[in-house]
Amino acid sequence: MAEKEITLMKGNEAIAHAAIRCGCDGYFGYPITPQSEVLETLAEQKPWETTGMVVVQAESEVSSINMVYGGACTGKRVMTSSSSPGVSLMQEGISYLAGAELPALVVNVSRGGPGLGTIQPSQADYFQTVKGGGHGDYRLITLAPASVQEMADFVDLAFELAFRYRNPAMILSDGAIGQMMEKVVLPPFKPRRSEEQIASECPWATIGRKGGRKPNIITSLELRSEEMEIINLRIQAKYREIEKKEVRFEEYMTDDAEYLIVAFGSAARISKKVISIAREQGIKVGLLRPITLWPFPSAKIAELGSRMKGILTLEINAGQMVEDVRLAVECKVPVQYFGRLGGIIPEPEEVVEVLKKMVK
Amino acid sequence: MAKMKGATVVDIERCKGCRLCVVACPLDVLALTTKNVNQKGYNYAEAVKEDTCTGCCSCAIVCPDGCITVYRKKEE
Amino acid sequence: MTREEIIREENLVYKKPELLNDVPMHYCPGCSHGVVHKLISEVIAEMGMQEKSIGISPVGCAVFAYKYIDIDWEEAAHGRAPALATAVKRLLPDRLVFTYQGDGDLACIGTGETIHALNRGENITIIFINNAIYGMTGGQMAPTTLLGMKTVTCPYGRDPKLHGYPLKITEIAATLEGTCYVTRQSVQNVGAILKAKRAIRKAFEYSMQGKGSNLVEIVSTCNTNWKMTPEKANQWMEENMFPFYQLGDLKDNGNK
Repeated sequence: MAEKEITLMKGNEAIAHAAIRCGCDGYFGYPITPQSEVLETLAEQKPWETTGMVVVQAESEVSSINMVYGGACTGKRVMTSSSSPGVSLMQEGISYLAGAELPALVVNVSRGGPGLGTIQPSQADYFQTVKGGGHGDYRLITLAPASVQEMADFVDLAFELAFRYRNPAMILSDGAIGQMMEKVVLPPFKPRRSEEQIASECPWATIGRKGGRKPNIITSLELRSEEMEIINLRIQAKYREIEKKEVRFEEYMTDDAEYLIVAFGSAARISKKVISIAREQGIKVGLLRPITLWPFPSAKIAELGSRMKGILTLEINAGQMVEDVRLAVECKVPVQYFGRLGGIIPEPEEVVEVLKKMVK
Repeated sequence: MAKMKGATVVDIERCKGCRLCVVACPLDVLALTTKNVNQKGYNYAEAVKEDTCTGCCSCAIVCPDGCITVYRKKEE
Repeated sequence: MTREEIIREENLVYKKPELLNDVPMHYCPGCSHGVVHKLISEVIAEMGMQEKSIGISPVGCAVFAYKYIDIDWEEAAHGRAPALATAVKRLLPDRLVFTYQGDGDLACIGTGETIHALNRGENITIIFINNAIYGMTGGQMAPTTLLGMKTVTCPYGRDPKLHGYPLKITEIAATLEGTCYVTRQSVQNVGAILKAKRAIRKAFEYSMQGKGSNLVEIVSTCNTNWKMTPEKANQWMEENMFPFYQLGDLKDNGNK
């Protein structure tokens, strides 16, 4: 068996390579720091000459997400990527994707806000991602990678989940993971699906009503309230199923832990360093890293929380996920938040100081 | 030259009484009803001088709702 | 000859296009949309593209176009139809892909998507219904509302000092390298309708031949919001719209 090929690349580049390798049919994007390498890598790789993947630089993020919408209607694996201000522009389209129940992938290599903010890393788009962002009652399946390897691995996973549930999925990364170089094993090549495969796997796709079948119509519009409620209830039932089946997380040194850090993405990496320093100083602390931010591992946090003296959320924002952690433990355990803003990455030492105060 | 005889069939329930067919007919074959209405309450188009119809299709071509079917036969 | 003798299958010369569904259309009596829907249905059938066509409907009066023409449809967000069409055509190059948009959708909120899709030379057709008003929302000023024309948001008439000037987006489209065929048509009488149909056919054929993007503007009426009878609206359009929005081909590079 051939040895796995290990390469060194940026998180953004890993997204692009993984997309080509996982049979992605189309990428539609617009440049924005710190994610531009996704489109740049695709342009350089020219996948339209190899796998046949379409790559389009759109005139705006609004257009990108609507190209994704159009492409998703055809049952193809389509995606876009952007960073926070661009993802704000995409919210309308994301809501439409959710409303029309279309599978698609949006990658957010997030940066600090609000507004134009900074190009430095941030996790301040947590609320936007998991609590809506766009209008209406919808949810985005959200994967939060903590390494370049996970950037590569989550592309295919996100598509799988998106198609399984006919729902848009997001990879919520940040400028640190997007920009840093790490070793990565790229996923094996998987061919793009044939038209026949798509027609049978996605009987809803608007690809022309071949064989005289009834027309497929993709819309999120239904003016009759009674019908719209039925659609909403069906979508909500789907969300409950996703919450039941698709929660993903990583547990780290929780067996003997008295304190728990809950952190995702870059903050989870820092937390591991925090844990090693804190344990040297006698504080028994572990980590619960939500990999899916929605569905959120509430049950797991509640279970772990029941045997903790305290929980700390470490976030590169002003304290967003902490609200979901508090809800998960229903105030039975004290939950604190620590984070840095403006694109500053927390230092492990300052987090250890916070932990020390909690222990006192 | 043989004369053409035409006949129109109006889908009464589809008709919205916009009157564009009446305007388009060069021979005043069609008119809107004055007493009868369809289920939606529209006065609908009907042939009032069908004898003069040549089956030119003008009424049907301008009809925005595709209500009119036209037949045409050469007069022997 | 009796009526019964004439009304026979062999004498049939015109009927509702087969691709136009039996469901009654929600458009107001006399609305131009219906005529254009018929033309699109006829052209698709004549080209034998029933099983290979994908329409993109807009937000506006024609949002429900997908209920009326018997092909696959995608319903876009307001103004974004050309972005959807771009992706569909790139992913499925052998399909007939067209958008159907009104003036508010195409020339206002979707100006960016429209111009850029046309300028990229996407092999699509944009059918543009220009009736100089927002119909669905109740008759507000559109980007194409004529100077002096009254709408509910310019009740004293469009004043360039307050509202700017009507936008001739079709003229802009004709200057773009990516466009192959740009034309302005109307559907107020038989002659105009037949010409408009030929234009739609030409645009669809160019898009299938990969010659670039195509824009067919149809200068139309909105008798309800213009507050006129359909007949009067057609007259008003001829007298007021046509001098500003002049009919005819603005560009035809199909045979170059």
